[in-house]
Formats: sequence, structure tokens, C-alpha cells
Amino acid sequence: MSDSRDGVPEAAADGEDATPDGGHAAAAPSTHTVRLELVDEPGQLLAALHPIADNGGNLLSIYHERGNKTPRGRIPVEVDFEATPEHFEDIVEALRNEGVNVMQAGTERYAEEVTLLLFGHLIDTDLSDTLSRIEACASASVADVSLAAPQGTEEVSSARLRLEARAGETEAALAAVRELANEKELRLVEPLTGVEA
Amino acid sequence: MRLAVIGAGAVGRSVVDLADEYGHEIVAVADSSTAVVADGADGGAVGVDPDAVVARKAERGIVGDHDPADALAADYDVLVEATPTTLDDAEPGFSHVTTALDRDRHAVLANKGPVAERFGDLRAAVDDSEGEVRFEATVGGAIPAISTVEDIEPGHVTAVRGVLNGTANFILTRMAAEGLDYDHVLAEAQDLGVAEADPSFDVDGTDAALKCVILANVLSFGAADDPADAREFTLDDADVDGIRDVPGSALRLAAEDGRTVRLIGEATGETVRVAPRLVPENGTLAVSGTQNIVQIETSHAGRLNISGRGAGGPETASAVLGDVGRLE
Repeated sequence: MSDSRDGVPEAAADGEDATPDGGHAAAAPSTHTVRLELVDEPGQLLAALHPIADNGGNLLSIYHERGNKTPRGRIPVEVDFEATPEHFEDIVEALRNEGVNVMQAGTERYAEEVTLLLFGHLIDTDLSDTLSRIEACASASVADVSLAAPQGTEEVSSARLRLEARAGETEAALAAVRELANEKELRLVEPLTGVEA
Repeated sequence: MRLAVIGAGAVGRSVVDLADEYGHEIVAVADSSTAVVADGADGGAVGVDPDAVVARKAERGIVGDHDPADALAADYDVLVEATPTTLDDAEPGFSHVTTALDRDRHAVLANKGPVAERFGDLRAAVDDSEGEVRFEATVGGAIPAISTVEDIEPGHVTAVRGVLNGTANFILTRMAAEGLDYDHVLAEAQDLGVAEADPSFDVDGTDAALKCVILANVLSFGAADDPADAREFTLDDADVDGIRDVPGSALRLAAEDGRTVRLIGEATGETVRVAPRLVPENGTLAVSGTQNIVQIETSHAGRLNISGRGAGGPETASAVLGDVGRLE
């Protein structure tokens, strides 16, 4: 484990961090990259790095793209650090609590998975266009597609799509698919989200 | 209690048949064109003979020699409204219920129309009456959905969802299990008497939507401090999608991924939605065949699941007679 918490009093705040260097069988730390968006003001970078160190992350590198601006006129910063999966979640949450905009958070970029069915004239209505338009929706990515066209390509066919959506954006992704299905007169079977039946 | 049963379909006949077992007396029964009324109903002790009513209905298609209006005028404590559900003005069921309320008698409904389409009007009629209205049988047949919501208190129920139509559930279950298409399974369901000759009410989601509208009204009115602030729901407020065109291939793709499709209804105090949804194949909501399930989401007590028979004469009559018992 890291020694990055030296001199950070908050580190022991929630009990389970009390023995940070102990030999217990916690999940191994791995390297994560987060892309942050900072306001161009003094002290902003330091404010963004604190939540990482304070929550058990071991800073590896900081790439401060000062010459670049994001579409919102802010400065993109890429930060690499080591953390266990639990700490990684805490860090992303702490960053957001600090008001830092986390544009992309390593493996957490697409945190939520959602599976849905589409059926109708999928092929006549250009399935690859359907998929690329779902991809174009900022909140989701198409991870997997299975197609069944038992009556040939001109009849009704079905597809199962697995989408990966950013944390908290599943509903937005579903709304985008809903709108697209409506436009192409495809039927959509949505998952019952938020209900672990 | 003395009961007048209006409607002599499967539910009405079962109420007539079972009332005695629950300690109640039938004083009048009416179908759409005839009625039977107890002798000396205004103080006499001779009730209606349930066996004779059921036999006459089966043999001659009538329940007795009286006019249906005589049953409405009989001396009952509780009017049981078990005529077929009608939409929009919910007549004649709505007037049957208000006739009872105007006379300061109770009404128990198995007919969804008045509580789904005219909940506000019904509330107003109840406010002006000594009588009460109960309608457990309108949602989920034998499942005590409404009384459970009332026990938890509507203000502490955040949502109610579930499988509320046995016909649609039977069709989806068989399609998934046998790899058959909708038309094939529908024909089978019609042969078995699970689906009606015109199945639209069930497969287009209307029936499930009416039940969810009723639940939404219970949640909305139950949670409001002043009924005047409560939002009233009717079928027009429901977002409804049926199962008619779900292809077998879609169910196969779902099954490959450990999922299946169920016609799920959801009601909150703000929205009503019925649509085919993907659910885990072995999950709580994936009940089989004609089984129904009601899932109640609460603020302080987690989630409650109640599954059981959502239709059928004796099942629905048990909910009706349960309501009658609560009025004693």
C-alpha cells in the first residue's frame, strides 16, 4: 500500500483506514487516470489534488494541459494515481463533493450497465446507423449487440443491446434510445432499472 | 351484513356462493336484465337462495323475475358492484355505487371503472354519505394490495409496481418457455379460457393500467392532507404499452442473457406506466403463468412482495368479502 497519507490527518477519519500499511488482504491498488476540468484560478489544482491524497490515493503523475481549454473554457488536467478499488470510488466521490468536474474517471467512465431489447424493422431502418446514433449520445456506449432475425432481414427482427452509461446517466441514455426508437418506429423493451428484483 | 350483489358474472356468482361462509346474507342479486330480491327484504329474514340463483343463471341466463332496479332498492347494508368494467363515465357501475351511498349504505367494488375513471367524483359522493366505499378486488384479485398500502399508509409508500394481468403474463411465460410466437400462444390461451375471444383489454395493457391508475389514486389521495390538493388519475394519465407485437426472437435474446420480459405496471402518486420490461429471469417479478405479483416500495419498511392469483371468481370474491368484513 502507499505511504502517501503521511501528514494528512483526515486519513484515519473513517476507521477502516486506521491501519493503512497493515498486511491485510484488501484489494490490491491499481493505477487509475482521472480527467478533471479546472477553473483557471490560483489554488485550483491543489484543491483538486487534496481529495486524492486524503482518500488513500498515491499520486503518480499530473499532466496539466495549460495551453488547452475544454469547450467550457476550463483547463483539462489528467491525474494518474494508485488506489484500491474502494479508495478509487471514495476519491471520485470526494472530488465531486469538492465541486471538481470529473470528466472521465478511469474504469469508472462507464459505471452503469443497462441491457435493453429493440424489435421491429431493425435492418430496414439501418441498424448500424441506430447503433452509431446511440454511441453519439454522450452518456452511453454500446458494449454488446446480439441480433435475431429468424424470418430474414425484411421481417421483424430483435436485438439485445448492452449499453454502458456514465454513473447516474442511465436514465439519460435510455431517454435517448427511447427517442430514437420512436423516430424509427422501433419497439423498445426497457429494463426495470433501480429494482434489483 | 346484508348484501345486494349487482352483476352475475364469475365474481358476482362467487360472492353469492361464498357469502354464507363469511357470515353474510344475500338479500338481492341482479344481472343486466333481471333480479331476485329476498322476500320481506325490509325486515324479513328470508334471504336469497344462492344455489337457486346460480342454477337459474346457468340454465336460463336470468337470476330472477324482478327488475334490476328492485335489487338497487332492496334493503341491504352493502352493495357489491360486480358488473363489467366500463371506461369514461364508468356507467352503469358508478350510478349503482352512488345509489347505495345516497341511501347511506356501503359499496364494495370489483368493477374497476368508477375507481379508475371517476375517483374524485366517488370521493365526493362518499363525503356526503354515511356509507363507505372499498375496492380491494379491483387490483390483483386475491392479493391484498390496497389494504396493505393502507396499512403502511399511502404517504409512506413511494411506489407500487408489479405484474397485474394474468393473461399477458401467461402469454409471455409460454412464449419464453416454448419459443413460440405471440399468435400461437394467444390461440392456446383462448382454448384454455385464460384469454378472452377479444384479448385487447389484457394484451394491450389497458387492464393493468386501470389497476395502476387505481393504485396511483390511492397513493395520491391517501398522501394528501387535503383531498382537494390530491392529483386525480384516469386511464388518460397512464403511459401504456402492450405485449401484442413482442416477437419470440426478443424473448429468446432476453433468455440468452438470463432475463425475460414481463408486462410491468408502475404507479406512484405522480405517474402511471405500463410496459413490457426486461427483468431477471429468476427474479421476484418474473412470476409464471397467470400468477400476479404486487411489489410495494416503502419509505421505512423496505420492499414488500405479495404474489398470488390475480383473477378468478372465488379469488376475487374473497377480496370482496374481505372488504365487506372491514365494513362491519
